[in-house]
Amino acid sequence: MNLSTTKPILSLRNIRKYFGGVKAVDGVSFDVAPHRITGLIGPNGAGKTTTFNLISGFYKPDEGEIYFKGERIDGLQLHETFHKGLCRTFQISRELKLMTVLENLMLVPPGQIGENLFNTWFNPNGVRKQERELRDKALKTLESVGLLHLKDEYAGNLSGGQKRLLELARTMMAKPDIILFDEPGAGVNPTERKILADRIRQLVKDEKVTVLLIGHEMELVMDVCNPIIVMDHGKKLMEGTPEEVGNDPRVLEVYLGGASK
Amino acid sequence: MGILNFLISFAVMATIYSIFAIGLNVQWGYTGLLNFGIAGFFAVGAYTSALFTLKMPTGAIAGYIKQAFGLNMPFLIGVLAGGIVSAIIGLIVGALTLRLKEGYLAIATIGIAETIRLFFNNEAWLANGPQGLVGLPQPLHNIVPPSFYNYIYLLIVAVFLVIIYIAAEKGIRSPWGRVLRAIREDEVMAAADGKNVVAFKMQSLVFGAFIMGIGGALYAHFSAAIQPGVFEPLFGTFIIWTMLTLGGTGNNKGAIIGAWIVWAVWSWSTLLINKVVPPSFATRAPFIRYVLIGLLLVVIIVRYPKGILGEEKQVSKF
Repeated sequence: MNLSTTKPILSLRNIRKYFGGVKAVDGVSFDVAPHRITGLIGPNGAGKTTTFNLISGFYKPDEGEIYFKGERIDGLQLHETFHKGLCRTFQISRELKLMTVLENLMLVPPGQIGENLFNTWFNPNGVRKQERELRDKALKTLESVGLLHLKDEYAGNLSGGQKRLLELARTMMAKPDIILFDEPGAGVNPTERKILADRIRQLVKDEKVTVLLIGHEMELVMDVCNPIIVMDHGKKLMEGTPEEVGNDPRVLEVYLGGASK
Repeated sequence: MGILNFLISFAVMATIYSIFAIGLNVQWGYTGLLNFGIAGFFAVGAYTSALFTLKMPTGAIAGYIKQAFGLNMPFLIGVLAGGIVSAIIGLIVGALTLRLKEGYLAIATIGIAETIRLFFNNEAWLANGPQGLVGLPQPLHNIVPPSFYNYIYLLIVAVFLVIIYIAAEKGIRSPWGRVLRAIREDEVMAAADGKNVVAFKMQSLVFGAFIMGIGGALYAHFSAAIQPGVFEPLFGTFIIWTMLTLGGTGNNKGAIIGAWIVWAVWSWSTLLINKVVPPSFATRAPFIRYVLIGLLLVVIIVRYPKGILGEEKQVSKF
């Protein structure tokens, strides 16, 4: 496998983020190749989620540069990176609890003319037409992740696994260029894990999306991700195919013998 | 006759309070903005409309009544100006406070409202200080005998309520309202979905402030006299919170129902209390109402946290 021939869609260059004396991310550089599912793994505290927060604009890096589709994006805010084509999920799944599953999905798509208050008064037909299209799209998406029967349920009432599927469905509504999944497999049962894996693969294959996925749940990571980047102590440790990562003594060291260091 | 007049005047005030409750619902019910400074927008709307519609005092009166200006404009222009100036104040308040967490926003808004009240009280050049302004023009007042005027005014405020209700409903049922509710549920999530959280909060605050400004203006022309004492936190802010909480936060119909019930408790209890207590207590008796309103709020929050109607499950309907 030779990734150097394709131009990366996302590049991190020497990114640093310190919280007081804690070097959460300490000079990380890596490239993400387009139309692939790249895994990001590492022990607790390795800096994976902080890296996501930096890419998505939730935090601003202290140092370093982030390029997305050739454009520098570090310093943009969370809602701005979304409009660049970047969509993220959260480690602890978040959902809009007192809104229905359907509303959770219909919120996501950008470019809704009804988000302008004046259009709701003076262009109700335009808003109505777009709402109908959004609703159809949301229903189809819900069907594909197996949540259609829960469309009118409060999102807060879903089980842990269903919330992960809802999260996936929401990213599908965004039509992004890249999705950053933060532990999408946490708390899902085997059936739900299969739906997740299938849908993520399908997104990459059919919609030409790029995925960067943080995983603790090794089964899902080893199953869908290639390549896999390993982080430890805020730094990139190595990168390789699932086999290479699985057989690398350094990886075993940080996962099993990290404490003895 | 007396009873009927009382009922009509009660209905006018309940309708005006319904408008305030809808304004608060836009800010708090949909967006989760803790505005404890309704009285400030109430005062700004009332005073703006007064100054827009009153004449500048001339001759001997000018020695007694001070006004910054008096534009002698029609009622409708005055009410609209009340809404717009209140919206502008909302914009300024938002620029100063919207990045604060909700608890701090509440403290900031209550402070701003008190500042506005004291400003009108102390800056006599602006609107005659503590004496306030009197003789506000009332629209269509010469088509019926004065004793029937409140019927006309009830019709006017009802038209305003209907328009504001429809405008707020359109907003909340639309994608705009969906974004506001998403912000209320989880700001970070709304931002991750590409929504500009500060911009939407600002719109909600300003739209709510506009509605409150209209309410203030309608109140001013109904009572025909305003002074800073009216806009104290209880009458101008917390009674409206009680109305929305009772009727159902997140529901415009609930806001209206709550306004009517609480205003009924407020105004009818006065009559009742005055009949019951000995004359020597008569001047102190109205303060029992404060206890009643507080008690009502506690009972609602403990027993019926969602209020009478509460938010509908499926709000997005366009």
